[in-house]
Amino acid sequence: MIESLFPNVNWESMWEATVQTAYMTAISVLATFILGILLGLLLFLTGRGNIWENKFVNSIIAGIVNLFRSIPFIILIILLIPLSVYIIGTMLGANAALPALIAGAAPFYARMVEIALREVDKGVIEASQSMGASNGEIIFKVLLPEAMPALISGITVTAIALVSYTAMAGVVGAGGLGNLAYLEGFQRNNPDVTLVATVLILVIVAILQIAGDVATRVIDKR
Amino acid sequence: MIELKGINKTFFSKSGKVQAVKDVNLSIKKGEIFGVIGYSGAGKSTLIRMLNLLERPTDGTVTVAGNNLSSLKGKDLRAARQEIGMIFQHFNILWSRTVRDNIAFPLEISGVSKEKRMKRVDELIKLVGLEGREAAYPSQLSGGQKQRVGIARALANNPKVLLCDEATSALDPKTTDSILELLTEINQKLGLTIVLITHEMHVIRKICHRVAVMENGRVVEKGSVLEVFHHPQEEITKDFVNQLSEPEEMKESIAHLAVSQDGELVQFTFLKGKTGSPLVTELIRQFDIEVNIIQGKISHTQDGPYGKLSVFLKGEPAVIESALKYVREQGVEAEVITND
Ligand SMILES: Nc1ncnc2c1ncn2[C@@H]1O[C@H](COP(=O)(O)OP(=O)(O)OP(=O)(O)O)[C@@H](O)[C@H]1O
Ligand SMILES: [Mg+2]
Repeated sequence: MIESLFPNVNWESMWEATVQTAYMTAISVLATFILGILLGLLLFLTGRGNIWENKFVNSIIAGIVNLFRSIPFIILIILLIPLSVYIIGTMLGANAALPALIAGAAPFYARMVEIALREVDKGVIEASQSMGASNGEIIFKVLLPEAMPALISGITVTAIALVSYTAMAGVVGAGGLGNLAYLEGFQRNNPDVTLVATVLILVIVAILQIAGDVATRVIDKR
Repeated sequence: MIELKGINKTFFSKSGKVQAVKDVNLSIKKGEIFGVIGYSGAGKSTLIRMLNLLERPTDGTVTVAGNNLSSLKGKDLRAARQEIGMIFQHFNILWSRTVRDNIAFPLEISGVSKEKRMKRVDELIKLVGLEGREAAYPSQLSGGQKQRVGIARALANNPKVLLCDEATSALDPKTTDSILELLTEINQKLGLTIVLITHEMHVIRKICHRVAVMENGRVVEKGSVLEVFHHPQEEITKDFVNQLSEPEEMKESIAHLAVSQDGELVQFTFLKGKTGSPLVTELIRQFDIEVNIIQGKISHTQDGPYGKLSVFLKGEPAVIESALKYVREQGVEAEVITND
């Protein structure tokens, strides 16, 4: 039955593409989470009235973040091809897409992290200072835990954006469902392949959204 | 225990400079509950925040428990802060932690082992009366319970001083009373020095031993609570004292009475343990006058009762005169309220 509905779908390569998309998404989400929190923390802490207030460092980081956020992703991929070749050794395949995916998503997430940290009650930070907490303790025991629900819902949004980035990267040769939909579906005129690839992408997005919502709900004790 | 010398604090901002605290000298003794009262913007928060150097004074020295805080920085300052607990108007507890973990937080900072932490937390939970709520998150607590967590947390590292910045201002009157009782209990049980700031005179009246009145960044009056209640010097202090003793409408009815009859309207002020009734009995027995009680109020302070009694004395002016002389001989103040 399935064979007759989707005559052109090669299920083996469809599964392989799904795994590739999941792989690219997983690695880039993980890297974006870490890098974004680092950048977001730096943005926040060097901002006005904060513990490492430093106008110079702050405006440099803000500049880089804004620059990368403004470049359309498809152009970012092309711009970063030399970097991918240098780090990964090739411009093709799932790994080659990672630098562009992370460079595109981390600045985006860094801004969300900064906003989440700004929402943390100033009074709580002050109370921690009054107890003699060091800056490290304030960051790891107060700022990050108190901002965690916003950090999680932010990474959920970013992860979903990353799924569509992987599809775009696929067109340029990174593999995955986007690549399959473009090469097998669009160029060879097999709409059933495009349809199945789309449904699979939607399933991945739905899983991410549900996982994010559940995690936020469990963590949020406000 | 706390010594403030020549404290000034100026804030520089875009809109100009604000001198929030001006030339404050204070000395707070070990084991006393010291109140600072003033209207909004008087500089109270700025002052109390300089006691643990959350705010660095522009001039002057802050000495707490023998440490010259204003000379400390970094690690030494953080260590010194562990000897000073602080509680806040909006509690400032971490919503991401349970009651137990909130109270354990300062112990984590001071590097107490997990086992000892849990033991200490149990003691503190008992002290502040939060048994059974250990696993609750702040969002599941009432305001009063949140402040109890704040108090337990502030006491965790056995501080020598507890600072309270408007600790009861966000609470209803009944909860305020229970928190004030807890603070008094802690003061007596642990011999802890407490500094509290407020804009409510009844807080000062209920638990403070000494009080300083702040206006426009300056301490304009200070002394024992009884003394300040009894002999307020400054206009602002009188305003605060009047918050408690005489509602405006009462004053009006007294003035009305005073013009409508022959006699004198007198206010007696009682100090330390003396109460009104034997005096009134004596007056009626010994002098040919009528004593009409109009209004009376006894306030209980930490140093004993303090009371005011307004009476209308009806009789011959000369008899009233000698009656008042007798009253004053008994160590009670008598003030004739002129009716003009
Ligand atoms: N960080 C700051 N920067 C600039 N000005 C400040 C700062 N903190 C306080 N001030 C100013 O200092 C003055 C005293 O403020 P403070 O908060 O100490 O008053 P307060 O007596 O605690 O008032 P309230 O009862 O409203 O809390 C105010 O004029 C306030 O605007
Ligand atoms: Mg204040």
